Amino acid sequence: MFQIRIHGRGGQGVVSAAEMLSVAAFLEGKYAQAFPSFGSERTGAPVMSFCRIDYKPIRLREPVLQPDALIIQDPTLLHLPGLFDGLDPDGFVLVNSSHQPAGYAAMACPREHRLFIGATELALKHVGRPLPNAVLLGAFSALTGRLHIESILEAIHEKFPGKIGDANDAAAQAAWQVVRETRMEAHATAN
Amino acid sequence: MLRQIEGSRAVAESVALCRPEVICAYPITPQTHIVEGLGEMVKSGQLKGCDFINVESEFAALSVAIGSSAAGARSYTATASQGLLYMAEAVYNASGLGLPIVMTIGNRAIGAPINIWNDHSDSMSMRDAGWLQLHAETNQEAADLHIQAFKLAEELSLPVMVCMDGFILTHAYERVDVPTQQQVDAFLPPFAPRQVLDPAAPLSIGAMVGPEAFMEVRYLDHQKQSQALELIPELSREFRDAFGRDSGGLLRGYRATDADTLVVAMGSVNGTIQETVDQLRAEGMKIGSVSLCSYRPFPAEALRRALGCASEIVVVEKCVAVGMGGILSMEIRNALSGLPLTVSTVVAGLGGRAITQKALRAVFQRAQFGQLQPLTFLGLNENVVSRELERQRDRRHSGPPAENILRDLRSPVCP
Repeated sequence: MFQIRIHGRGGQGVVSAAEMLSVAAFLEGKYAQAFPSFGSERTGAPVMSFCRIDYKPIRLREPVLQPDALIIQDPTLLHLPGLFDGLDPDGFVLVNSSHQPAGYAAMACPREHRLFIGATELALKHVGRPLPNAVLLGAFSALTGRLHIESILEAIHEKFPGKIGDANDAAAQAAWQVVRETRMEAHATAN
Repeated sequence: MLRQIEGSRAVAESVALCRPEVICAYPITPQTHIVEGLGEMVKSGQLKGCDFINVESEFAALSVAIGSSAAGARSYTATASQGLLYMAEAVYNASGLGLPIVMTIGNRAIGAPINIWNDHSDSMSMRDAGWLQLHAETNQEAADLHIQAFKLAEELSLPVMVCMDGFILTHAYERVDVPTQQQVDAFLPPFAPRQVLDPAAPLSIGAMVGPEAFMEVRYLDHQKQSQALELIPELSREFRDAFGRDSGGLLRGYRATDADTLVVAMGSVNGTIQETVDQLRAEGMKIGSVSLCSYRPFPAEALRRALGCASEIVVVEKCVAVGMGGILSMEIRNALSGLPLTVSTVVAGLGGRAITQKALRAVFQRAQFGQLQPLTFLGLNENVVSRELERQRDRRHSGPPAENILRDLRSPVCP
């Protein structure tokens, strides 16, 4: 089972992100479960959502306590106590931030499993609004290799039909490409 | 068709396939998405031949459903928490009049203190109101139970509540097989009411009944619920033959036949319990679980058969009768009376507190060695409790407990 925990602020689409990941997994024939944290629903308040992906039916209903991947939609949340709690030592961390803020090099996961991406900037460019979701989903696909970008794009179109879907599709693809290219460069340098 | 959808959407689609003729609704979290979905389907024409009636309160919602059901229309509504309490008088009327209304409960705690999250206090408060109460374990089962519920309600001429855990199911996206209209039509015949208000053949429903007949009316209600004990498993079998999957029934055992320790629970927590059972089985513990789907009627005999061979019974329940303890466990003790076994109550998940595998594992292991207290509050924060008790001892004007506890939780001294 692969477990994802998404941290964001109310209004950023934290719940939709988990939903779309689960739809993408479903489109690949996997079992998936997505649900919101049952916390405060106020705009701007820290909120969480969860997604589990597996090859067999998922029965577990507790919140995701030992994530294999963390998606952090808002860099101001990096100060939140307990943010990295339970993260698998080989897990992934994806942060919406154009640079790695100082003092956060000490995350438990391997260096190549961390990714900082300016999702808000990319979203403004493609979607015209500061909604980082599609970018982060595209980046998630490239970073983890867990879901194909094609299924992510299909999930985006299912959630947002028409022009909004097209714009988000472009944002997700752009992110996917950026991450792929940087990863390949890093790989080449390392070799 | 297999779809990855929200639980509320799955229920809305399923209810729509049952061809309801009147839906009355008043929004309340966490049930709102269900009636919103149905409202859209009526408006778009996807659900034909149905009046969607917006009302001014939950009391009105069920009152309108009573009226439309008495006029011979298949009627549906949904509510939760304080909404169910607000319609309480009508809840008793619907069953007393024998009207086969189906109502979804998106199970949620009852205030005060106000809390929008899941537990079973709401439907439990109406356990003796004469409705049948079925609990769904998954969103698939929630969707399926509605199809069975209309058939069950109409065969018995009694109302049915389908209970699904608020947020945990209503707001969860998972895989659901949404049946076709043809399949549902073949399973659920058109509503043929036992009693109907018709200007062409006038009659009255809801007479004043004095001491000479009231007892007999109630006795017949009790008999009808007892009939449901046979009808529920029958419908579940019929459903399996038609739809190819197990949903509903009185109860379902999981690795239960040779277990020394058996856990009983209602609703979605059974999934987490089954995962924990697998873990403990792998470590050699003889443990199993029983998911209770039909809470009303209460299947005492089936429970006796399913639980009677174990020595330790742990009832995990999302409700507490303050001043008494566990409600479900009291009823289970009653069903098992005379058998040489111990029944312990674990009150869990109140007001949406997460029920984790880790916490369940610890109580099940204690039960195995006979070390579980008769009443346990799972994951109780004893620090904040003792601080508040101390405060109440120290001063007369100790203030409102809920606010005190919230303040303590925010303070660095009290983790």
